Amino acid sequence: MVIAIVCIAGIGLVAAIALALADKYLAVREDPRIGMLTSVLPGANCGGCGFAGCDAYARALVAGTAPNGACAAGGDECAAAIAKILGVAAEATEKRVALVKCCGTRSEAIRIGDYNGICDCATAAMTAGGDKGCKYGCLGYGACANVCPKGAISVADGLAKVDKRLCIGCGKCVKVCPKKLIELVPASATIHVLCNNPDKGPNVRKVCGVGCMGCHLCEKNSGGKEAGHFTFQGFLAKVNYSNPPTDAMIVAKCPAKCMIEDAHFESGH
Amino acid sequence: MKTVKSQFKFKGGVHPDYNKELARNQPIEKLATPAELVISMSQHLGAPAKCLVKVGDFVKRGQLIGEKNGFISVCVRASADGKVKAIEKRLGPAGGMADAVILDTTAKEEALAEGTETPTPSAPKGPILPPLDWKTATKEELLKRVEEAGICGMGGAGFPTNVKLSPPPGKRCEYLILNGAECEPYLTADYRVMLERAPRIRLGVEIMRKILGMPAVRIAIEANKPEAIKAMEEAFADIEGNVEIVVLPVLYPQGSEKHQIYATVKRIVPEPPALPIDVGCVVENVGTVAAISDAVELGEPLLERVTTVSGDAVATPKNILAPCGTKYSDLVAFCGGEKIPPAKIISGGTMMGFAVSTLDIGTTKTTSGLLLLSPSRVFQYSSQACINCGRCLRACPMNLNPAEISKAMEADDVKTAEDAHVMTCIECGACSFGCPAYRTITQFCRRAKASIRARMAAERAAAQAAAEKEKQKAEGAKAN
Ligand code: SF4
Ligand code: SF4
Ligand code: SF4
Ligand code: SF4
Repeated sequence: MVIAIVCIAGIGLVAAIALALADKYLAVREDPRIGMLTSVLPGANCGGCGFAGCDAYARALVAGTAPNGACAAGGDECAAAIAKILGVAAEATEKRVALVKCCGTRSEAIRIGDYNGICDCATAAMTAGGDKGCKYGCLGYGACANVCPKGAISVADGLAKVDKRLCIGCGKCVKVCPKKLIELVPASATIHVLCNNPDKGPNVRKVCGVGCMGCHLCEKNSGGKEAGHFTFQGFLAKVNYSNPPTDAMIVAKCPAKCMIEDAHFESGH
Repeated sequence: MKTVKSQFKFKGGVHPDYNKELARNQPIEKLATPAELVISMSQHLGAPAKCLVKVGDFVKRGQLIGEKNGFISVCVRASADGKVKAIEKRLGPAGGMADAVILDTTAKEEALAEGTETPTPSAPKGPILPPLDWKTATKEELLKRVEEAGICGMGGAGFPTNVKLSPPPGKRCEYLILNGAECEPYLTADYRVMLERAPRIRLGVEIMRKILGMPAVRIAIEANKPEAIKAMEEAFADIEGNVEIVVLPVLYPQGSEKHQIYATVKRIVPEPPALPIDVGCVVENVGTVAAISDAVELGEPLLERVTTVSGDAVATPKNILAPCGTKYSDLVAFCGGEKIPPAKIISGGTMMGFAVSTLDIGTTKTTSGLLLLSPSRVFQYSSQACINCGRCLRACPMNLNPAEISKAMEADDVKTAEDAHVMTCIECGACSFGCPAYRTITQFCRRAKASIRARMAAERAAAQAAAEKEKQKAEGAKAN
């Protein structure tokens, strides 16, 4: 009995000493900044920074292979905290949120076929370009909503919409949309063109009641070309988000009714 | 030359209704050049051609308007005289958008009369490319001609023919297989070409034999086309060398390259990226072979093709020889329009074709058919859960487990689909055809393949970027 106790205690002692020594001599010294960085990152693991998660981003920051303003979810505050830990100047970020540039609901934009294949945007787009008459518009099968880590996207009436309050700007939806119609825009911008069809006005009208016709009225009403609030791609107006328009009057004057002034993007028309 | 019956039946396959009687006895009719052509820069497999013209240009029939853009790419020539009205993204039959040249073929004369634009002097109508004598021309000259004539596989996939005809070093073509199976329901374009253009096919075979170094030739035709077999027998009666007509059992997808190789010479093409040439075979569609003889002997590039317009919703089904870029609406009008409003329009055959939602699409070098089906022929299904009946496993000619793939993809599990060898799927549709639960299995396979290809492309790009960075670093270190 006594021998057994002594033996076990002895083994325990030896193991404890070995462990203590191992801790001292074999330790892998991790940069303490990694832990600090992980604690200031949002922990959403959304991957929007381009790394596998917040921890991977923290390691990349310490290794100096990532810019400190890459975390869209954390925004300026986070970038500043990162900069402080790393002892460098903060790179300016601006909170960006996703915008679905289409407002063709089922009642406004015609559907030219019955699609009864797999309910997924990319697959539907591979079938005759999708069942929507407009070949540039939202198909509404919710691929973006499925990847959004924050549940910020809802699909209703054949159209995806982003709730700006929930969106952290990770950009996952941008990547997955086969029609490439989601854009990350500054959260502070209030006026948007919700259309992605660059075709001529009459052709747009054939397929959608609320498509942009490229009439340039928005540009005219916001101070003309020189003011630089809009750019045009074919017959499609695009808001210049580095110099966004602010006068809500132009929204009401858009004859195509594809502009909105909306704090949350969710209400549409 | 002899005719033999195929002894090798591949595993799987299905027997869809062929419905070929609708158009099989309609001789090929030539369509007058339509007023507008939509000529896509992406009519083939691989990189789209680089557009060489601009809006307002006049082009002549046969003029190069799209330049081959990479190794796996094919040039595009104007299929008629005309004025470039627009260059814009247009919907292709497979659902993608690609740059297309919109030609106004009526504008030419008026503008010439006005004399405002400098008219191209109307050259005497002669061959577009200088005709070649295939017997004296070198192999390289012949290959170059195939390339500059813009020829790609006309059976459906559109693989650049000159690439197919140039086996990589160390590989030899032992068998040239002529694909005359045309196993797709409704389609009769290849059948009519075999009946009406048999001598052209023979000449094409001789040219290809020369390019490939005299391989043995196998002409594969399904047993349900006795007239085509007879036409080929007559055309090839006095040919020298190892030439055989192989009569294949009627079974879908007999026209698939891999299955034809098995049925004729009993060789198995390994998993992608292996190609038929890896087992010493080159398979070419009969239409392509005829196009090669035209390009060499007549100097006529691939500007038009035979397309079957069929289905029970079209007034008179026809086999139409139309310039590439003819709009589907013009083809339908040539057939007397719609008999009844179609419930489904398919570009290609019913098994592998693509459903389209508009007739405002231009034909390409690979458009073998256009089908308009009435509501009575179109079944409106809704997919249900797999009942594990195993029919798709029995039907799959590639020995895959389509049920497993479809179930994995339902859960977005691309990894499992990849492990189940989805990349070898030939998208033949045999699995979906018989599924009692109406599962869109082939579409799941397509989706899996698309996401695997996208991932591979991203990986390649990342590897390239990393290599670039390494190189820069090394150079930087050297500079220091
Ligand atoms: S809406 Fe888009 S950008 Fe915003 S959180 Fe969701 S996936 Fe990310
Ligand atoms: S925005 Fe794009 S991904 Fe989202 S539902 Fe519309 S088409 Fe699909
Ligand atoms: S589509 Fe693919 S999985 Fe389905 S039967 Fe054909 S080869 Fe097999
Ligand atoms: S045929 Fe359809 S129901 Fe039967 S095993 Fe295949 S997927 Fe399942």
